[in-house]
This record gives sequence, structure tokens and C-alpha cells, in this order.
Amino acid sequence: MKYMTRKATRHVSQNEGLIFEKSGAGKAAWKLPPLDVPEVDTAKLLGPAERKDLGNMPEVSEIEIIRHFTRLSTWNYAIDLGMYPLGSCTMKYNPRVNEVVSRLDGLANGHPCQPEDICQGALRIIKILSECLTEITGMEAITLQPAAGAHGELTGLLMVRAYQQSKGNPRKKILIPDSAHGTNPATAGMVGYSVENLKSNARGMVDTAALTAQTNEDVAALMLTNPNTLGIFEQEIHKIAEIMHAKGSLLYMDGANMNALVGKVRPGDFGVDVMHLNLHKTFSTPHGGGGPGSGPVAVKQMLEPFLPKPVVITKPDGTLGFEYDRPMSVGRVRAFYGNFGMFVRALAYILANGPDGLRQTTEDAVLNANYIRKGIEGAYDLPYPTPTMHEVVFSDRLQAKKGVKTMDIAKRLIDYGFHPYTTAFPLIVPGALMIEPTESESKEELDLFIEAMRSIAEEVEEDPKIVLDAPHSTRVSRLDEVAAARKPVLRWKPA
Amino acid sequence: MRYLPKSPGDREAMLKTIGARSIDDLFASIPAEYRLNRDLNVPRQMAESEIVDWFRQRSNESGDGHAIFLGAGVYYHYRPVIIDSLISRGEFLTAYTPYQPEISQGTLQSIFEFQTMICELTGMEVANASMYDGSTAAAEAVMMAVRLTGRRSVVIARSVHPEYREVVATYAWHQGMPVSTTGFTDSGGLDPKELERSITQDTACVLVQSPNFLGAIEDVAAVADIAHKHGAMLVVSIAEAVSLGIVEPPRQADIIAMEAQSFGVPPGFGGPYCGVIATREQFVRQLPGRLVGQTTDKNGKRGFVLTLATREQHIRREKATSNICTNQALIALMVNIFMTIYGKAGLRELAKQNLAKTAYAAEQFGIHATVLFANAPRFNEFVVQTSEDPYAINSRLLGHKILGGLPLKKLYPELGNAALWCCTEMTTRTAIDTAVGLVAESERSTRAMKEADVRSDIEEVAR
Repeated sequence: MKYMTRKATRHVSQNEGLIFEKSGAGKAAWKLPPLDVPEVDTAKLLGPAERKDLGNMPEVSEIEIIRHFTRLSTWNYAIDLGMYPLGSCTMKYNPRVNEVVSRLDGLANGHPCQPEDICQGALRIIKILSECLTEITGMEAITLQPAAGAHGELTGLLMVRAYQQSKGNPRKKILIPDSAHGTNPATAGMVGYSVENLKSNARGMVDTAALTAQTNEDVAALMLTNPNTLGIFEQEIHKIAEIMHAKGSLLYMDGANMNALVGKVRPGDFGVDVMHLNLHKTFSTPHGGGGPGSGPVAVKQMLEPFLPKPVVITKPDGTLGFEYDRPMSVGRVRAFYGNFGMFVRALAYILANGPDGLRQTTEDAVLNANYIRKGIEGAYDLPYPTPTMHEVVFSDRLQAKKGVKTMDIAKRLIDYGFHPYTTAFPLIVPGALMIEPTESESKEELDLFIEAMRSIAEEVEEDPKIVLDAPHSTRVSRLDEVAAARKPVLRWKPA
Repeated sequence: MRYLPKSPGDREAMLKTIGARSIDDLFASIPAEYRLNRDLNVPRQMAESEIVDWFRQRSNESGDGHAIFLGAGVYYHYRPVIIDSLISRGEFLTAYTPYQPEISQGTLQSIFEFQTMICELTGMEVANASMYDGSTAAAEAVMMAVRLTGRRSVVIARSVHPEYREVVATYAWHQGMPVSTTGFTDSGGLDPKELERSITQDTACVLVQSPNFLGAIEDVAAVADIAHKHGAMLVVSIAEAVSLGIVEPPRQADIIAMEAQSFGVPPGFGGPYCGVIATREQFVRQLPGRLVGQTTDKNGKRGFVLTLATREQHIRREKATSNICTNQALIALMVNIFMTIYGKAGLRELAKQNLAKTAYAAEQFGIHATVLFANAPRFNEFVVQTSEDPYAINSRLLGHKILGGLPLKKLYPELGNAALWCCTEMTTRTAIDTAVGLVAESERSTRAMKEADVRSDIEEVAR
């Protein structure tokens, strides 16, 4: 309690109902220009297809809309307000120049079907970003088409399957460590593979003996996150790659934690065959409350023929264009070329950093995580003492003795002015506190966070109720999620 | 590096606290032989002004300032300025997925309003928080129908967006789901007789788009009857959301897979856009993607949370309804603000202007060339068949700063020299008249050339 006012304090929070509750017949926030062509008889043109009524759509004025959404916005926490230490989410600063350049007219208003010779600028952005990302990952070819990380996983596994098929047998299984993100097994399921769990060893890494025993001609690939979700670099990564390759299996890397590696080590160099990136994590595109993301997939040469189509190529006359004639391609995974607006932002980020900035970024991300680890070690249980990189995972073992769980500590952190860390993940750590500060935090912010965490640990000892009842400072207290799921109310209805 | 908030002194002090001699100590777990001992080969660090200049050049190379008749799943509608003012607020822009509801009520309430408005507009009972785009929404909707019916195959109308069909085929391929297509009639709508022949006992769903790729509004009720008669579901894709202001929604559908780009999202060279799936309440447990639900807090105050998470990957893992995690939240917010601005009356008026511009353009083109499927009710797209190759016509239009309709030769070779034209409220009568004038000129000269050919043939025969 003693440090509580250091980062945050209470302020007035405006109440605001649902937009439908402000609606009044005849109010409007729109005005169309006069029609410069003859009016039409809609009944005649559309017949029975004409719609007569738009139900309960709202009618409000412009100032009401501004206030509505501005008030709503103030109920959100955001990176712009402070540290957002969600593990494996890489909530870093979203540079504003990215937003400016992505809104330039020729880029924001380019139509995906316009002739290639008048979209050379857009194509060049795709090409240069592709080159930068293949260099950063040490891979040999890339597609930017997938719309998010999980979509990248789907694309990557489709390519694995097509590759294995081309060798005569698509195989049956994907090996996935027990520390993996839930999208990994969900993706394997979508591509028609069964999932085999791979146990971690006592140090929190892949058990290579178990891996050897489980890898056979039925295994299409291993999906590995490196550093893994404990923040631990898989030191035996090359051996892992060798075990897979010896049986004709591929090594898939989930690039969620690429922020620990950029400019320091390249997955392509340590034996990875296919991987996805999250531009909305490592490359600073804003998370926007849950998207849009972008999930490029980088591959080694032998997987290149299977990339989704189209791919950008340089034509004989030196201009850029799309190549559609790719008979071995897995096909399209999305209409058009992917989340182009995210490509613009990611490239702007790379240009703002350059090689030195990218390396310093990675170093600072790892430095910050280790500083936090050092700062709260002792106050919280560290289940795996192995050195960690950009994130660290503690457990609530010490606090659980007082009946306080990771979610309670997380909720109390809100009162201290921070967004919670990731709770209860990875699954191999019961009661996990998964913390990733990213490079965007100053020493002062980190010190405040460490103070807050230590202070909460003290509160657990002295007055656990204050933690169990947290948060105390938000406009709503803990919400009844069980009731929400039992009797779902998924839309507003007029009274 | 200007994004990094640390002085060299801070770094040194922090290393000292940790007990590390240098930063390299923190990377010691990476085997030495893989460490990168050189600079990455990426462009050098640039100043902000240089970055803006560089992208401005790329923007200038990307066809700024044209009058545009392209639609085909991506539509130019006016974007009210307050959309960008509001979504640029850091509290929306830089927030994560709202897993911590106490400090995410802004995002959660706005998604709840989004779900409500999508339900109102589509006539469905539930809508999710968004999907990547219309094409993946269509693919996920088809897979949802497969789970709900326990059947394996899908029949897709050939008048569904060709790229949407490709995406569905990719998703279906490795699952061993047979995909067949059904053609369209002279009126541009799905051919019911062919559909009857295509549906089998194993058909999970029929996928149609309305208004379809060729601009025609499908007779959804009739298609639904055929699908339901055979125990299959009807999935309807809507690519042009503004049509919902004046076109009756496909209420007979079981699942609607929508692309909401038209609602305030810039064309942006193909994305990011905003897909969404809407359906009936009874199917909600098979719905992929995030859902926001209303509940109360400990004091009985109304609040919103992500709900029914047992459908999702982070709980269900390999048994999840989909692997989708990050979706399109900020784009859904754009859509939400757009729907709020236009609302009940504005959406209808907006749609009416689209209808009027299109009716005028189709009529004008029809005087000089052939407008195919002329009798079908349509919204804002139509197919014009010319004597000359539409690519050649388009390159002349480009000289007048006009992007003509999308040539259909590669997609629908049977339609000959045809192109898909689109008008919205942004299309001016002047642009329409100029484009029509150039097409008329093309028709005249092609006809004159043909007549000259015929004359010379006759003369040759006479000799």
C-alpha cells in the first residue's frame, strides 16, 4: 500500500451508456452532397430485394459520437499510459510516424486491383520489407499474406504438409512442447494433423532424449517457440534441428518471441525451416485492442515453391509485379496480399532503427526483463532458475499459501497503475506470472513496477484481503464471467 | 535510437544491479557459433523526416488522384474524419486484447455495440468481434457449417468473389473437404437447377455471395429453400456492406460471413479489413473468434467481458473452433464508428446514392455497349461487355486519370471482353460521362474497323 500513489492516482471517470441509449429519431451525424445524377425509384430497381427498415440502428449527432468514444477510450489501459508487461505479447511503443506514413494517400487509398504499373510504390514496400525480414530471420523466402500470427501458423503448417506430401506422405503428427501457446495445437488441428505433446525437462527446455524417442516418420514437424514461453533460449537448438531433419521432419519456429533475437541471432542459422513473425509484436504495429496483426511466414528454399500465391517478383523490364502461376503453391490464405497497412508500419519501424537500433532494441528488451527478474526474485517463486531472455516467468507458490493466486496479484497491479502481466500461462508453471517488459520501458518505470510487485507481496503477507478484493480503483470491480458465459447476452436489445 | 528510453548510464547501472559484466552476459545462453557478429543487412537508421519522404515517394508511385471504377470486394466510400480522430486515441490504438476487463471497458463496450449493429444490419441473432477479412470469414463460416452438420463437402457459387473461393479451397484442401462450384444463369444469379444437381447427402453448406461478384443480388430465399431441403446450411457472403442500407439482408441464411471494409475502412492496397461472422443463437458454440458479453460486477454495475472462451484456442487448444487469436479490433472500431455516424437513416440514404449513381452509369454504358445481366436487381456493380479488349480501353482511360472496371477475362473467360464496373457515392457524373464517352469511342472505332475489314473482304472477293 505504501507505494501506491507513486505511479497512479484516481481521477474523475465519465459515465457513458450504450450508443443505442442516446439515440433519438431525427438526430444525424452525416450529410451527403447533392446527387448529380437522376434520383431513382428504389422499389422499381430492387423489387422484393428492397430493404424498408434498418431496425434499431442509432441516430446521434457528431459531438455525441466524439464524446461517446472518447469517454469509452478513457476506460482503457494502453501502452501510451504505461508499462504493459504481458508475456509473449511484446507490448512495445507504437511509433506515431508509422501511423502518418500508412495514411499517405497513395498507400491508404490504393486499390488492390489497380494495374501493376501504377502501384509500384506499394509493391516496393512489400519487396523491401520482405528482404529485411528474410535477412533478420536468416531465412530464404517469405510471404506477407497471413493476417495474424495464428494465420501465419496455419500458412506455415499448410506448407509443411504440402512439402511432406511432395515427398510422398503428408505424415500424421505435429510435436508441440507443453509450454506452447494454444494457437499451435489449434492450428495443427485445422490442418488435419494430430498433436503429440512434448514434455519439457527440469530446466524448462526441450528434452532431447524424449524428442529423439518421439520423432519418427509419422512426425511432419516440431512447432517450437524460441526463446520458449519461459523466456529460455533452447540451448540445444541445433541438436533439436538435427533430430528432426534426420527423420525427414521439419522444424517450425513460432516467432512470437523474436523480440529477444533480432540482430543477435537468426533462426535460419540455427536450423529452423519455417517460421512466422508477428509484425504487431516485434515490429511495433499497434495492437489496437486486439488487431489488426500481420503474420509473415519465412521459409528455407525447399519450401519456397509452396508459398501462398501471388508472390512479388521483379519482371524482365525491372518493374515489380505479382506472379500467380505457381503450381505447387498451397493456394491463397487471404484475399489480396495481406494486411498491407501493417507492412508500411513495420517497414517504417525498421527504417527508424537500422541495424544498430534493432540490435540495441533487443539488448534493451533482454536487459529490462533481467532487471525485473533480479528486482522481484525472492518476493516471488522462480520455478526455473535457468537464465532467461526477454521475459521471465514466476509462480504464485509463495502467495498461494495465503490463498492469493496469480490473478489476484494481477488485479492488484491495476491499482498500482500497471497493466497485469500474463496470468496462468505457460501451462507448465502452475499459477504463472509471465512478465515481458519490452525495450520501451525506462529504468524509472521498471523501478516503479518492481516496487509495486514487492509491495503487493508484502500486502499478501500483511493483509491478503486487499489483494483478493482488487482492483479497488477501477470504474468496475471484478466482473462475473461465469454469469456472462452461462446466460450469454451478446447484443443490446431495446427494453 | 529515439524510441529507447535509456541513457548509457541507466544501462550500466542496470547491468550492475543484475550482476552482469556486459550485455553479452545476458545472451550467453545462445551458443556462440550462432551469434550474429555483424550488422544486419537492412537500411541504415533514418531520421523521421527521411522516413516520411521515403514513403511519400512510394505513395506518389502508387496512383494517387484517379477517378476509380474498381470494386470487386474493395469499395471507395467516403470516410468521415472523426473515424481517424477517434481511433488515433492511444487508449484504443495501443491497447491489447481486452483480457483484463476492469481496465478494458472501452474496447469491450465498443465491440458489444459493434456486435449489436452487425446483428441489426444482417438480421442475425449473434455476431462475433471480427475475423481477419471477408475471405477468411467465408472459409471459417464454411468450416463452422461442416462442424454443425457433420457433413464434409461444400458447394460454392461461381459468382462468389474468385479470391474468396480460392481461400475457401485452401482451407478445405488439407482437411479433405470436397469443394464443387455451381454456375450462374443469364440473369447473373446462381443457377438453381445446377445447384439441385450439385447438392448431395454430404453437402454441409452452400456458399453464395449477395450482391454477388458480378453485381447481381441473389434470390437468397430460393437458394435457402434448395439448401435446406437437402439438409445443408446456407452461408451467405456479403462483400459490399453498404448494400445493407437498401438491400434486404439474407435473413434465410444460417451463417453470414461479411466483409465490412465499406464501412469506413480505407482500401489500403488490400488490408487490413474487417471480416465478421453472424449467425443464429443456436449455433453460437460453434462460432469462431472472440465474443463480448454483458455481465455485472460485484456491485451489480453493468460491464462487459470476453465470453464463451471455451470455444477458443487458449482454452481448447487442438479442439478449438478455430486457431484465431488476434483479430481486427481497431478496424472493427472504424466500422463501428462509421455505422454510428450514418445510423438508421444515413445508411439508407448513402446506399440510395450508390444505387442512383450505378443506375445512371449502367444506363449510359448500355447505350453504347452491352450491360450483362441487365435484368437482375443490383446494387453498385455491373458487367459491361465491349467489342474491344477492356485492358486496351482501360489504358486509354488511364490517360484521363480514370481507373476503369476490372477486366474479367482471366476470371470468367466465357464472358468475353467484359469488365466489372463499380460506382459509389464518390463517383462523379463527370467521371461516369468521361468513361462512357471513351467506351463509346472504342465501340465506334472497333465497329468501323470491322466494317472496313468486311468491305475489303468483299472487294477482294469481287476482284
